Amino acid sequence: MITVESLEFRYAEGDFFLRIPELAIEEGVNVAFIGPSGSGKTTLLNLIAGISLPRAGRIVTNDVELTLLDDGARRNFRIRNIGLVFQEFELLEYLTVLDNILLPYRINPAMRLDQTVRGRATRLAEGVGIGDKLSRYATKLSQGEKQRVAVCRALLPDPTIILADEPTGNLDPNNKGRVLDILFEYAARAGATLVTVTHDHELVGRFGRTVDFRDFHQSARGGVGV
Amino acid sequence: MTDALYLAWRYLAYHKVKTAILVTSITLIVFLPVGLRVLVRQSEEQLTARAEATPLLVGAKGSPLELALNSLYFEGDVPETMRYAQAVRVDTSGLALAIPLYVRFEAQGHPIVGTTLEYFQFRGLQVASGTGLTMLGDCVLGARVAEALDVGPGDRVVSSPESVFDLAGVYPLGMHVRGVLDFSDSPDDRAIFVDLKTAWVIEGFVHGHADLSAPEARGQVLQRDSTNVVGNASVVQYQEITAENIEEFHFHGDQAEYPITAVIAVPPDQRARTILRGRYSSPDDLVQIVEPTSVIDELLDAVLTVQTFVIAAVAVVGVSTLATAILVFMLSLRLRHREIETMRKIGGSRASIGWVMVSEIVVVIVVGVVLAGGLTVLTSRFGSAVIRAVIF
Repeated sequence: MITVESLEFRYAEGDFFLRIPELAIEEGVNVAFIGPSGSGKTTLLNLIAGISLPRAGRIVTNDVELTLLDDGARRNFRIRNIGLVFQEFELLEYLTVLDNILLPYRINPAMRLDQTVRGRATRLAEGVGIGDKLSRYATKLSQGEKQRVAVCRALLPDPTIILADEPTGNLDPNNKGRVLDILFEYAARAGATLVTVTHDHELVGRFGRTVDFRDFHQSARGGVGV
Repeated sequence: MTDALYLAWRYLAYHKVKTAILVTSITLIVFLPVGLRVLVRQSEEQLTARAEATPLLVGAKGSPLELALNSLYFEGDVPETMRYAQAVRVDTSGLALAIPLYVRFEAQGHPIVGTTLEYFQFRGLQVASGTGLTMLGDCVLGARVAEALDVGPGDRVVSSPESVFDLAGVYPLGMHVRGVLDFSDSPDDRAIFVDLKTAWVIEGFVHGHADLSAPEARGQVLQRDSTNVVGNASVVQYQEITAENIEEFHFHGDQAEYPITAVIAVPPDQRARTILRGRYSSPDDLVQIVEPTSVIDELLDAVLTVQTFVIAAVAVVGVSTLATAILVFMLSLRLRHREIETMRKIGGSRASIGWVMVSEIVVVIVVGVVLAGGLTVLTSRFGSAVIRAVIF
């Protein structure tokens, strides 16, 4: 469950302003964030993940009020509970596919890397069709394969929330469908909440719920959210 | 920490060229001053050991350094010569054993050392193959000379003329190799030893030719009187001393006037040493007596001064290289900004991400320092051999 109340956010520079009076995303649903560029979709993902902090308001994710946590606690919460998928994949070029998938377990002592995790990573990669490419560098993969690696990295810690920022934005139609299938399958199996930012209206129909950011009125001078 | 090191290692392994340049820079920054000090210290020990093993040197007045370098290491310019009588003077003083040296000529780039049999005993030189000097025209080779020229007992070595344009000068003499000395890790390894008289043969003070008093040599006589026979230009001097012609070799003039470059004086005790030194204190004396250790110490003082400048220069280069390395690390951090941001977004802890970045630097520095340490160990282990090969 994700709850947003009386949220106000603005960047240190520029006149972007996001105000969301109330938004609730139920546990286990698949939600598409749609709306024009610059309407605050990615910003809200970052706020839900605790990457950014609002000027005002509350964000409660999995019964944890992120706005009350310090930076270290938010990072620990994020790496345990939230799987992030990016449009540009954000894989580390100097790591192999397997090492990229295992990355969350190497960058936070809250996660413990052991043989079980390694085995799960291998099975995850096999499940998305890249099991034979574990020792390849990420740079040697196709776009679709890169995004599948990124998805595996996001899913490895068994997150209860997946936040995907235009995960199909750089993919051809075949790979778009395949990556979404993987995300939907995981969410359904794990009972996880999937929040996806997308500009692709063809894909919107696959989501159980749509949040259109045109419904939020933004104004540098403090407009009222609708 | 292990994970950070692993990620740093993967990063460095992926960027091989950059890593190699950084590691090489760090290695050189550390190794150059340390290795230089080790090499200089070993060079000092090598030079000092030879000087300490040579109590006193007597030579013509002039540069003591030139005298020491020529007599100890067979290097540098040939010092002013002095009369052989000076060797007799030391010997008859009863204050020291006199070992005359005449180090002037060369054979294929190797110094020919004219001396007496006492030299071999004094330096503790052992014959590894063949025998020692037995007759005029023989030579014994230092171990490195035998290796370099690929010759051994029974072969022949020819002395080099001093100048190919000096037709009236020193002619080449073919010398019979009687033996090869064992390795001594000293300048003796790269010298060719001959009897003092053989050195004088090379110079022409002793020479051999057909007997002009014989009736069949009539055509080679320019002038003859009751006491003297003068040969004409057709008289051929022997270029090699053999059992057949050795009787034809003879001295011209007084042997006491023949040249030598130095006398190694070996006094039996400190008292004799002091008295002997006192004998050469007169400013009117045409010869000098020097303690090789003092001469070499002065030389090393000069080397030390140069070394200080070199190390200062290396330090400056090191600082600038270090600054460049720091710049590379900073640029690397900037290039990795997006990677750092990804780790942060995923939930990487601040400390872990910091360690990943720091580990890159730590690994490079540790590998560089370890390599520099290894090079220093190799230098200290094999530096002596290299130095000996270079300076001896």
